[in-house]
Amino acid sequence: MSITGATASPQQYLLSLSRWRPIEIAFWLATLLPFILFPNYLSLASQIAITALFALSLDLILGYAGIVSLGHAAFFGVGAYTAGIISRYGWGEPLSGLLAAAVLAGLVGYVTSFIIARFRHLALIMLTLGFGLLLAELANSAGWLTGGVDGLQGVKTWPLLRYFEFDLFGYVAYSYSLIALFIVFLFARRLINSPFGLALRGIRENAVRMRAIGAPSRSHIRTVYTIAAAIAGIAGALLAQTTETVSLETLGFQRSADVLVMLVLGGAGRLYGGLIGATVFMIARDQFSGIAPQYWYFWIGILLVMVVMILPNGILGGLSQIYARWKRK
Amino acid sequence: MRRSALSTRGLSKAFGALPVARDIELNLPKGARYALIGPNGAGKTTLINLMTGMLAPNTGQIFLGSDDITKLEPQQRVRLGLARTFQINTLFASLNPLEAVTLAVAERRGIADRFWQNIAVHKEAIEEAHDILVKLRLGDCCYQVTRELPYGRQRLLEIALALATKPKVLLLDEPAAGVPQEESGDIFEAVAGLSDDLTLLFIEHDMHVVFRFASYIIVLVGGAIFIEGSPAEIAADSGVREVYLGKRKHG
Repeated sequence: MSITGATASPQQYLLSLSRWRPIEIAFWLATLLPFILFPNYLSLASQIAITALFALSLDLILGYAGIVSLGHAAFFGVGAYTAGIISRYGWGEPLSGLLAAAVLAGLVGYVTSFIIARFRHLALIMLTLGFGLLLAELANSAGWLTGGVDGLQGVKTWPLLRYFEFDLFGYVAYSYSLIALFIVFLFARRLINSPFGLALRGIRENAVRMRAIGAPSRSHIRTVYTIAAAIAGIAGALLAQTTETVSLETLGFQRSADVLVMLVLGGAGRLYGGLIGATVFMIARDQFSGIAPQYWYFWIGILLVMVVMILPNGILGGLSQIYARWKRK
Repeated sequence: MRRSALSTRGLSKAFGALPVARDIELNLPKGARYALIGPNGAGKTTLINLMTGMLAPNTGQIFLGSDDITKLEPQQRVRLGLARTFQINTLFASLNPLEAVTLAVAERRGIADRFWQNIAVHKEAIEEAHDILVKLRLGDCCYQVTRELPYGRQRLLEIALALATKPKVLLLDEPAAGVPQEESGDIFEAVAGLSDDLTLLFIEHDMHVVFRFASYIIVLVGGAIFIEGSPAEIAADSGVREVYLGKRKHG
């Protein structure tokens, strides 16, 4: 996988780590397949892309910086409600809606990051869980603004770039979600290959050593937490705009738990893990709920137990292990 | 007036009723090669933890040059030029040495918060990191993930990471801990080859190594300085033999 040390300069070596690999290009080409192969499933494909974006945002904090969150849906929900409420009150332009959602979710992330950065491990899980529950209850009680348990009604998304009307089949919805996912992915990919990305891995690997090299870990954590919150907000806004409704479920505990499951399934800290995990999870949910809607978490449970037992680094971790073994032969 | 690179005044620390540092007065002149020795539980690592800020003292002061650093956070002390290594490997297991040392260099240069730049554009930082690795003879394994490195190489990486912070004072907590005796010389050769401007304090149990590489020795017993002096003075001291040297056999 890596080029040999003897010939390459250290700089070239580090550059080679961020080079696009054929498998990545194949992956992104494959995301176009639903247009041709499954035109009846474009709405599902759009939901997958949105969920993948949400999982990607969690990967930045969990997979790279080692911050376990059980309340990440809070930012998804803030983004969804921001875009939804703006639209409900008369401004349905999607791109500015996305931007507003990113800014507001990022702001909420920035404010909470001052507390998040001070804690680790179990305390962190409880804190993020607490923030998530708090925000969900706030949205529930502010029924005049959010619609409460009935959900936010009257969201109307204007045509994308004033031209592409959101259609019933989801052509525009999937195109829109996929492009947003890809652009944010490019940003995230740059981030993990940056000096900052290296610092995040340092925090995950050894917080004590980070102090011993003089690193301001807390400030790094605040930065990545804000970025991840903004990305989660974009994902939430995409869901609000493409489905034209926002329910309390967008910032519920279930969504926080689901996205964690997706990331573990796919493989955390691999950038593509969240994308793969979201795809597997969403397709599994679609298929299993067709068989027995009330029991489908049973199958997800089995899948999760199997993956964690057999592939501790998720589906992607397992695949790369097999690939490495095959290459050595 | 203080000429020392690192000094402490009346430094004390107790864990509950157990005193682990008692009224420690230390003066490390610039460029010194000090050894800190003493039996197990004498408080040697505790003293390093106190000086680097990983533990807070109950009383006393710590000075880096003429700056009082007693109240500073560990990472602030590092940025002022006080670095350390750990007795038990405290490394970035899934990073390779080049990535790890480049990270340390990037933190020192204040570029580690740049999430919008590819790491590879920072040619100078990468080359500085590589030079440090080459100097410590880690050049040939700098692309190998840390957890797969031989143990002795990991000990050297401990030192490389500390050097990347460009310290004025470097505290080495048993740099050759766990390394077979025939290899521990290599590690101390690397330490001895460091710049003369660098002030060094190292903890070490092997008396051959101590007498060979230290210009001055501090003996710590029960959290207090028992005696200090040149290697010749320490070797001649009967009290030291009793509390420390007499108990250990070294071929």
